[in-house]
Amino acid sequence: MAVTQTLRSGAWRVVELLTTPLVPADYLDVVAPLRNAGVLRARIVSVRPETRDSVTLVLRPGRGWRPHEPGQYVRIGVDVDGVRLWRAYSVTCAPGRLSVTVNAVRDGAVSNHLIRNARAGMIVHLDNPAGDFTLPASRPDRVLFVTAGSGITPVMGMLRSALHELSDVVVVHSAPERDAVVFGDELRTLAADGRIRLIERHTRADGRITPAELAELVPDLFDRETWACGPNEMLDDLGAHWALAGATEQLHVERFRPTVIATGDGGKVTFARSGTVIESGGGVPLLEAGEAAGVLMPSGCRMGICFSCVLPMTEGAVRDLRDGSITTAVEGDNVLVQTCISAAAGPCHLDV
Amino acid sequence: MTTLQRKSVNPIAHLSPEDIEAIGLELDAIRDEIVASRGEHDAAYIRRVIKVQRRLELGSRAVLLFSLFPPAWLLGTAGLSVAKILENMEIGHNVMHGQWDWMRDPKIHSTTWEWDNASPAEQWKHSHNELHHTYTNVVGRDNDLGYGIMRVDEGQRWHPIYLGQPLWNFVNACFFEYGIAAYDLELGRNLKSKKRRRAPEFKARLKQVRRKIGKQVLKDYVVHPALSAATGSFLHTLAANAVANLVRNLWTHSVIMCGHFPEGVETFERTSIDGETRGEWYLRQMLGSANIDGNRLMHIMTGNLSYQIEHHLFPDLPSNRYQEVAPKIRDLFERYGLNYVSGPMPKQVGSAWAKVFRLSLPNRGAGKIAAAAPRPASGRKQPATRWQRPAAEAAPATVGS
Repeated sequence: MAVTQTLRSGAWRVVELLTTPLVPADYLDVVAPLRNAGVLRARIVSVRPETRDSVTLVLRPGRGWRPHEPGQYVRIGVDVDGVRLWRAYSVTCAPGRLSVTVNAVRDGAVSNHLIRNARAGMIVHLDNPAGDFTLPASRPDRVLFVTAGSGITPVMGMLRSALHELSDVVVVHSAPERDAVVFGDELRTLAADGRIRLIERHTRADGRITPAELAELVPDLFDRETWACGPNEMLDDLGAHWALAGATEQLHVERFRPTVIATGDGGKVTFARSGTVIESGGGVPLLEAGEAAGVLMPSGCRMGICFSCVLPMTEGAVRDLRDGSITTAVEGDNVLVQTCISAAAGPCHLDV
Repeated sequence: MTTLQRKSVNPIAHLSPEDIEAIGLELDAIRDEIVASRGEHDAAYIRRVIKVQRRLELGSRAVLLFSLFPPAWLLGTAGLSVAKILENMEIGHNVMHGQWDWMRDPKIHSTTWEWDNASPAEQWKHSHNELHHTYTNVVGRDNDLGYGIMRVDEGQRWHPIYLGQPLWNFVNACFFEYGIAAYDLELGRNLKSKKRRRAPEFKARLKQVRRKIGKQVLKDYVVHPALSAATGSFLHTLAANAVANLVRNLWTHSVIMCGHFPEGVETFERTSIDGETRGEWYLRQMLGSANIDGNRLMHIMTGNLSYQIEHHLFPDLPSNRYQEVAPKIRDLFERYGLNYVSGPMPKQVGSAWAKVFRLSLPNRGAGKIAAAAPRPASGRKQPATRWQRPAAEAAPATVGS
């Protein structure tokens, strides 16, 4: 075993010498883009429209893919007008396969690009699944899902893979109108079969649901474990309501965007390794400012959760956009900052 | 701008400080226009060039497995030479300039790219992007002026050693990639004193270069020939790779010589860039570079350095866009009465070589009078403005010395 392994790694080293200064994968990528375990990619197998402005992509991930847990999201990288942009999408299928549902975001570069241009056979870039918006291993007796708009996507992932293990499920879902309900038919079929209790709210006619109305619709609210996903205002209201009842631990929340509380003052940002210097505004996350300047920024969830975007700040001040707190570093420091939710609050140096 | 002013005709005497700042604003506008229109089409271009280059290289190397047969040797060597030139010029040089960083593709990015050349990308980027492009044609600051081994301006002091510079230049052309590596290491300066030789930073860089050269040599002169040994073509492949490297070296050296050495290109004195404004920086790039006339093939094979003037004005714009910028730049030169130096390659190479020969001897005639003229006193001592655009509240333009 050891001998074959040595031979193999020796042979590989020779192949690497053949292709230096590139790596063998750079040549293989031309013919077999899914083979490269170092760069995770996926091929779009099929594209299925859901509503007028949402579409489901069925993907075949390449080597290096780790199966997801229902409720988790994956990041997908797409070249939009020549620029690689990354966005997080909740996985909507059961583990073992991979599909995501893309909902049009107003002025959203990636969502609109995918809805218009995604075709079977296309290659997209992929990141492994992440996120803790998942069901516990010991399934709770009674479950409530409160969702709005595209917030249904992670919940759909859970329903499709774990509904048979859940006995009492209530889904309260809001959408502008009946036709805009993503997975509407599937949800209604589940309800008709008695497998879930579905409460549909059409906000264009009835307005947004309030926590008080919710309590009326679901009287045993606090006897349930609740998973909620949707716009920040809705989640903030729910959070306050559950906190008031002292039931915060029973509420699990997934946000698609960070809540911006306070902006920084802006300042000159220096990306040390690439030598790029930019003026960055007080409301722009360092991650986006760096990306716009062509710096290769590590990134992840883009909302302050996953810590994939963390970079050392060697000097300067940044403001956390979520709570307004200031983090500073003086020369010689190596303060780790989350670039996706931090904006410049004066000149700062990042080691990237 | 003193080296200029000591010439019998100062090419910028007719420009007012306001003119120079107006030139800067026009160039900024041209730059903004290109930046705003970068997109899918450009991304497809660089990906296509990379794909063609990789296929050409693989194909040529495959043909060279049978290089025992003369037609295979010729075909493979020619293909590999072209592949290496493409890799160094249109791809490597331009990617490392950050021309494609806006695509955010980690595989085609200035911070991750490594090229098929003796000099490690990191060191080349420092000496080329930071020093040469900032201090373009400033005698004593821009080491590209004669690479520290040649005299290419009357303003450089003559020494008998320069008698041999036509020979050095030819040797440098043949081994240009090693010349670049030595140059990026600043060997001349760093080998001078024991202290510099032993500096840990220099030793680390030396080690980096040794490793890079080691791998390059193993690839071209050991591993690939060894694969060909199966058909009895070991030596033939080795020779083919050596010739491809030689062709690449001669070609890139010629292109680089055409960029800054031909007749008509201006040089500048160290003091002239103290407190240089953005407009003045642009002007120096305009006067310190020369283009090569040619067709599309010529532009691609020179990595669009045939648009050297445009490249020096906008070093980080995608190379495929220089051709569309060029007419606007030429028009700008005309409107401001400046000399847009451009010519066919044989003429430009000949002109550059003529200079190398001429300046191997001490100054004579008009050159001597000009070089001996008194140097104007330098009044300003502010730090030079780099090529990055200054902040909005930039200091008012102060020009002329």
